[in-house]
Amino acid sequence: MLANDQDSLKRTPLHGLHVSLGGKMVPFAGYDLPVQYPAGVLKEHLHTRASAGLFDVSHMGQLALRPKSGKVEDAARALERLVPQDIVAIAEGRQRYAQFTNADGGILDDLMVANFGDHLFLVVNAACKAEDEAHLRANLSDDCVIESLTDRALIALQGPRAEAVLAKLCAEAPSMTFMDAGPRKVAGIDCFVSRSGYTGEDGFEISVPAGDAERLAKMLLENTDVLPIGLGARDSLRLEAGLCLYGHDIDTATTPVEAALEWSVQKSRRSGGARAGGFPGAEKILAHFDNGASRRRVGLRAEGRAPVREGALLFANDAGGEPIGQVTSGGFGPSLNAPVAMGYVPVSLAALGTKLFAEVRGQRLPLVVAAMPFVKNTYKR
Amino acid sequence: MTTTLYTSDHEWLAIDGDVATVGITDYAQQQLGDVVFVELPKVGRALKKAEAAAVVESVKAASDVYAPVTGEVLETNAELAAEPALVNSDAQGKAWFFKIKIADKSELGGLMDEAAYKAHTA
Repeated sequence: MLANDQDSLKRTPLHGLHVSLGGKMVPFAGYDLPVQYPAGVLKEHLHTRASAGLFDVSHMGQLALRPKSGKVEDAARALERLVPQDIVAIAEGRQRYAQFTNADGGILDDLMVANFGDHLFLVVNAACKAEDEAHLRANLSDDCVIESLTDRALIALQGPRAEAVLAKLCAEAPSMTFMDAGPRKVAGIDCFVSRSGYTGEDGFEISVPAGDAERLAKMLLENTDVLPIGLGARDSLRLEAGLCLYGHDIDTATTPVEAALEWSVQKSRRSGGARAGGFPGAEKILAHFDNGASRRRVGLRAEGRAPVREGALLFANDAGGEPIGQVTSGGFGPSLNAPVAMGYVPVSLAALGTKLFAEVRGQRLPLVVAAMPFVKNTYKR
Repeated sequence: MTTTLYTSDHEWLAIDGDVATVGITDYAQQQLGDVVFVELPKVGRALKKAEAAAVVESVKAASDVYAPVTGEVLETNAELAAEPALVNSDAQGKAWFFKIKIADKSELGGLMDEAAYKAHTA
C-alpha cells in the first residue's frame, strides 16, 4: 500500500484508541481499521464467545428515514418499494434484517431497519453506503427526508457478559430482547441501542455521537470482562454464526432465496400476501419462492484440518467433472477448532450430509454440507 | 557447527553440512498471527529454489513457504503438523518445517545472515 493511499483512508472516531491499544491497522472499505489487537484473532474470537468483545463498526453507514407526512408508516411503506421485507409491521422499538434488491432479484446490500417511532433508522454496509444513500434519495425523496448520520460512531458489544457490562452504564439494557432497538441513555450519553450483532452471541450495537465515542468505548473497556476485538475475529465469529458477508456470500447475482434468507422475507410480501411484490426484482424472487431456485447457499464442514477459503471450487466427486459451485466464505472456526465454510451448490447437492469436494492447491478435500449456524447462537429472545 | 541464514521471504535455514533445516522466522509468525494449519512437503520431493514448498495458515489467510535452496526433502516435522501453534510459540526452534539436502551450496551465497535479516525487517 502506497503512502498516499494510506493517507486517503478514512478514520473512525475510535482510530486513536485502536492505535493506543496496539491495534494492527489495515485498510478495510476505505477505512483504517484494526484487524487484530495484541491478543490476536484466536484469543479475541474465543474471548467474545466466553465473555465480551468490543468492536468498532463505525465504518458502517447510519441513516435516518424521516416521513414527510410525519407518520412513520409512510416511511415504512416507501421503504417497502426497495426491500422484500415487511417494514410496516416493525413495531416501534423493534428492528428487522432486510436487503435492498435490484431489478434482477439480486442483492444490492443487506441492512438493519429499526422503527424509532417517528422515523426509521437504518444501518448499512460501509462499502455500499454511498450507493445506498443515493438509491434511497433517488427512490424515496417524495415521501421521506433521508439523513446520513455521519456524525455518529457505532460500537458493538458482543458476548455472554455484554448484558452485565452494559447494564452498569444503561439500566434498561437487560430488559431489551433480541432485535429491540431505540434511543437509550448510556452513561448519560444519548445513544441508539439495539440488542443485535454479527457474532451469533447475545449483545448490543450502540450508536453514539462521534464526540462521545472514545469516552464510551473506554468506559466499556474498563470492565475486565471486555477485550477490544478486530476485524479478523469479527469475520471468524460471523462465519461460525452462518451470517452472510455482503460482496462475498451475497451480491447482485444472488437472490434472497438462493442465499437461504427466506426467513427474512415475511409472508405479507410473498405471493398471496397482503402486500405481495412491489419491490425490485419481485418477479424473479417470488418465482424462486414459488418454484424454488436452482442453487442454494449452504454450510460446509471439512473432514480434514486444512481451511477451505473463499474462491475454492466445489466438485461432486474426488476426481474429474466440472465444478458444481464455489466457496464464498471460508476459514478456520476457532470455537469449533475446525475449518468452516459456506458456498453455493445446486439444490440437488444442498441436502445436509451431502458429501462434496473442494479444490485446494490442486487437491480435492472432502467436505460435507452442514447446518448453519455452525455454533449455536445465544440471542436473548 | 550450524550456521543460520535467512531469506527475504522470511524463511530461516539452519545449515549443518549439506543439510538445511527450514522454518519461518519469528518476525513472519508475528505478521501471520495465530497459525491453525500447516501443510508440509512429501519426503523425497525434489524442490527448486523459490518453489512453494509448504503452506502456513492463520485464522485469516494462507501463505506459502518457499524452498530457500534447491534440493530433496529428507524429513518433515510431524510434531508441527499435529500442533501448528508451535509456529507462534517457537518459530525458530521446535517449529521447523522440513529438512532439505542442499543440491548446490553456491545458492547459499544469496541469503542473509542474522544481522542483514534484522536490517531487512527493521
